[in-house]
Amino acid sequence: MSEGTIKKFMFVNRKAPYGTVYALEALEVVLITAAFDQDVSLVFMDDGVFQLKKGQQTKGIENKNFSPTYRALDGYDIEKLYVEEEALATRGLSEDDLLVDVTVMSRADLGKLMEGQDVVLTF
Amino acid sequence: MLHIVNKSPAERNALDSCLRVALEGGAILLIEDAVYAATRGNEGESKLRVALGRFKVYALAPDLEARGMQDRVMEGITTVDYGGFVDLVAEHKNCQSWL
Repeated sequence: MSEGTIKKFMFVNRKAPYGTVYALEALEVVLITAAFDQDVSLVFMDDGVFQLKKGQQTKGIENKNFSPTYRALDGYDIEKLYVEEEALATRGLSEDDLLVDVTVMSRADLGKLMEGQDVVLTF
Repeated sequence: MLHIVNKSPAERNALDSCLRVALEGGAILLIEDAVYAATRGNEGESKLRVALGRFKVYALAPDLEARGMQDRVMEGITTVDYGGFVDLVAEHKNCQSWL
């Protein structure tokens, strides 16, 4: 990547938090990418929507609760968060259950958004 | 037998396999990402509700709390802590982890 080039990076989160390390690792990569002043967007689909569930308390499982980090993303100029509408519906969740402001989108619209990216990384 | 399931029902078929094979009267303990199966409004809710007539179903409370799902456990499912997990293992003749 030549200096000054801004690419469109999309990170697709498809896994629930804590059961695997994917959600936390994705978050680390997202923050690194933002530090390079790239155009970053995040998608939460399938079980990935659980990453944004309000009220996570991880004391009992002795894991780091990384969910507050999603609220800090706008401090890194990451403001494009997209959530799959169908994934919320099939998990009994609504937009009110999420701990950050997001754009809820149909699968079809997410597909169009993906098509316009330079780099798509799925976790 | 105590059946222990730890995979999300939306990602793996471990719970489905367990429900197909497990003998009536057994117990099922949902842990880690499998606790999502115990929550109201999830796609497999009706399937698990039927299974509640054949099995005693438990879900691990610390895993529900970590995921912010402690307030939406389906009626008929008993939540247990780690001590309760140990008790369940001790109470049953054998156990199987559906990895």
